[in-house]
Amino acid sequence: MGRPPSPFGTMIKYEPKALHVIGGKPTDRPDAIDKVTGRARYAADINLPGQLFGKVLRSPHAHANILSIDVSAAEKLPGVKAVVTRDDFPDMEVEYAASGELMINFKDVTRNMMAREKVLYDGHPVAAVAATSEAIAKKALKLIKVEYEVLPHVINVVEAMQPGAPVLHDDMFTRGVEPKPEKPSNVALRMTSKLGDVEAGFKKADVIIEREYNTAATHQGYIEPHASVAHYTDGGVAEVWTATQGHFVFRAQIAKLLKMDISKVKVTPCELGGGFGGKNNVYLEPLAVKLSQKSRRPVKMVMTRDEVFRASGPTSGTNVKVKMGATKDGKITAAFAEMNYQAGAFAGSSLGLAAITVFTRYDLENVLVVGHDVVCNRPKVAAYRAPGAPMIAFGVEGVVDELAEALKIDPIEFRLRNAAKEGTQTHFGPKLARIGYIETLERAKQLDHLKIPLGPNQGRGVATGFWFTLGMETSATININEDGTASVIFGTVDVTGGMRSAFSMIVAEELGITADKVRAIPSDTSVLGFNFMTAGSRGTTAGSMAVVKATRNAIARMCEIAARKWGVDQDQVVFENGHCRPAGSNVGDFEPLSVPALAKEASYYGGTIAGHAEINVVNQGPGFGTHVVDVEVDRQTGAVKVLRYSIVQDAGKAVFPDFVKGQWHGAAAQGIGMALNEEYLYNDKGQMINAGFLDYRIPVASDLPYLHAEIVEVPNPNHPYGVRGVGEVPIIPPIAAIANAIYDATGVRVYEQPFSPPRILAALDAVAPKMAAE
Amino acid sequence: MARHHVNCTINGDHVDYLCDTSQSLLDVLRDELELTGTKEGCATGDCGACSVIVDGVLVCSCLAMGAEMNGKSIETVEGMASGNELHPLQRHFIDKIALQCGICTPGLLMASRKLLERNPDPSEEEIRFWLAGNLCRCTGYNNIVDAVKAAAAEMRGA
Repeated sequence: MGRPPSPFGTMIKYEPKALHVIGGKPTDRPDAIDKVTGRARYAADINLPGQLFGKVLRSPHAHANILSIDVSAAEKLPGVKAVVTRDDFPDMEVEYAASGELMINFKDVTRNMMAREKVLYDGHPVAAVAATSEAIAKKALKLIKVEYEVLPHVINVVEAMQPGAPVLHDDMFTRGVEPKPEKPSNVALRMTSKLGDVEAGFKKADVIIEREYNTAATHQGYIEPHASVAHYTDGGVAEVWTATQGHFVFRAQIAKLLKMDISKVKVTPCELGGGFGGKNNVYLEPLAVKLSQKSRRPVKMVMTRDEVFRASGPTSGTNVKVKMGATKDGKITAAFAEMNYQAGAFAGSSLGLAAITVFTRYDLENVLVVGHDVVCNRPKVAAYRAPGAPMIAFGVEGVVDELAEALKIDPIEFRLRNAAKEGTQTHFGPKLARIGYIETLERAKQLDHLKIPLGPNQGRGVATGFWFTLGMETSATININEDGTASVIFGTVDVTGGMRSAFSMIVAEELGITADKVRAIPSDTSVLGFNFMTAGSRGTTAGSMAVVKATRNAIARMCEIAARKWGVDQDQVVFENGHCRPAGSNVGDFEPLSVPALAKEASYYGGTIAGHAEINVVNQGPGFGTHVVDVEVDRQTGAVKVLRYSIVQDAGKAVFPDFVKGQWHGAAAQGIGMALNEEYLYNDKGQMINAGFLDYRIPVASDLPYLHAEIVEVPNPNHPYGVRGVGEVPIIPPIAAIANAIYDATGVRVYEQPFSPPRILAALDAVAPKMAAE
Repeated sequence: MARHHVNCTINGDHVDYLCDTSQSLLDVLRDELELTGTKEGCATGDCGACSVIVDGVLVCSCLAMGAEMNGKSIETVEGMASGNELHPLQRHFIDKIALQCGICTPGLLMASRKLLERNPDPSEEEIRFWLAGNLCRCTGYNNIVDAVKAAAAEMRGA
């Protein structure tokens, strides 16, 4: 996101054909054995000889000027080898870059990794220490004297937008407002996007529903805390092993922030213990490199869970207003949304993405979207799986549910009457190509789930989601080894382990060999050209485009070898079913050559067989999903229990279907956690009070029912195998689906997430006297 | 700071180590003995990623002290397979796609193994409640339940 698609970008049209490997199950999942035996190496498992341990001193204040920092006592503590503060890092100009699905600004990135003039949230780094042991590093932190001038703070997004609110940045004047405001404010950006005439649309409506929703900030909740090991060599080269979703992007950021040449930074992505967008940003890496440079020793840094909550992630908390109108026969005539999104301490929330996803399930003529990107004294938000989408879907899918109810139309039928399809004009620009939204709704109608009768205090809810599939820079290299096996080196980070299987299967399909003869190998930054990170559901989709291109280059090379051996022109050789064959009977009577046979001949006929691709992938097909949930509400305690959950989604083509379903289960579980429990809680000093897994409660096994997943396949027209991004869509509908189910169970609508027991009890109590009177 | 000399058994091997009073068993395993298969997710006993078995009892190794392991027998994920032969739980975790990123997997395997020792034929509900102390953020737990059931069936000879 953030830059227009390149006219020189790559897409490969869908090629319908019989598949032998794709869509099945790999005989061996390459990443899994080391994960079950404990031998897989995550960043925190890396240890270098002579390494020091780095720790970060963090602000206890939500908002304060830094008057002075005195590190002299810490530096004198035996065992302390380096201390860094703001003075060790160059200031950065305003300069934007893409990082995952969100844009970053280097002026802010350097201030987020190490506070300069001010601290802007509880947990903001102020200094870092490297020492011979973790205990000494911790002791040294206590010896650093920071003099603060505490300032008033603001946590809530609506309060932060008010004229009298404490201002975080004196130089922030709302962009997107003409003329430029005279006073600075916390509203970094006002955006609008429209299609048709929304006022005219509302005039045509027989029913109009307008509601306001509030959502809490939630954390990605990966179980692996951020960890990095850095080694700055005497030759001026920085080597970094880290937990990242994008090693090439991290390399560029480290180089920029430390004013190094990119060629002198090498980043190796380790096995990743969960990211979900939260490992798209540098936090520890530049600090570890600088500490290593100063101490001339390798430095290892690992966040505690408390630090993960207070200083990484989360997603935006939001305030959202949605107004939609429809005619008696169930046709939506106009849709309006105002979206106020927390960005955290620095500008750049998921607002822009929310604006794309907001109504993009529906074929609408009149749309108006207004949004505000708002800073407040919280950690800078990071991407979180379909960033910004679950919150706005809560609002839109809630209003859609209310419209359907008011018009006495079944909620799935109501969506079918308004469903986006091929050719639908979006309010943000492009027309949709072939998509599978209608197919997911039709399949959902057939679910056995819908036939199960509901008991007292039980309810059923439906909601749907849309997410795009990102393209961007993608590279891969394939080597056909001397024995005819293939090694494919890829540049996207395999965040869940499925990519290695998928790429092996795709290469096997291309080469007509079995997947166990292909080994997919994650790269470090030194072996391939620049790759964008694993974000926007692009890993397998865009990654496999580069893999396919590279493989086809290797196939061309194999055809060249066969042509040379047979003494014919290269265009007289074709590659079919894993063999080079004469293109026709007039070419000559030559025995087909298998991949291993060609590999054996390669050296004599010119050299090793390899192929590579460095492409900018564009125009990938988006994904859609429909979820159905049954809940039971305990009227005594306010607890909501999920009884049944069904996920139907268009995968385009599922390369490894069981794994695709596994991702959907996980995303739905995250969405259920958002809906029922998860939220950032603050005290009156602006300090987070639930920065641990005990008090920030993510779903455990006994909280969840069996999650049912069904794959619909409507091929992506711009991918050779029809693959669409699959990972993000299924986190979008759960909040809305559960809210709709709670209404079905209780007759009470909830407008504030999470739907925790106190909120449910309050909502039930608010209507209880009225219901009793009726 | 006092250093403690500890003799114990880890995965059947006699091990001795020196540790600080403040070091948890998890710190000792990972930092002193380089047994990094046991993972740290929270260090406060809330996530279960560091689960190990000490004298037959399932514990969070982040909540046990390294200095109190004298004479004890500790089992970690590194000792689960017999040579190249994976434990049935390990095989079924792979087969059922009960792991994605894999960071919670060692803890879940140790907890599941203890469950099956106590109850060779657990119901879905029993599995979910036994594993409620092990957080997984990738899978939604479906496939973990399936893997434990499949391993239990194989181990019972069913």
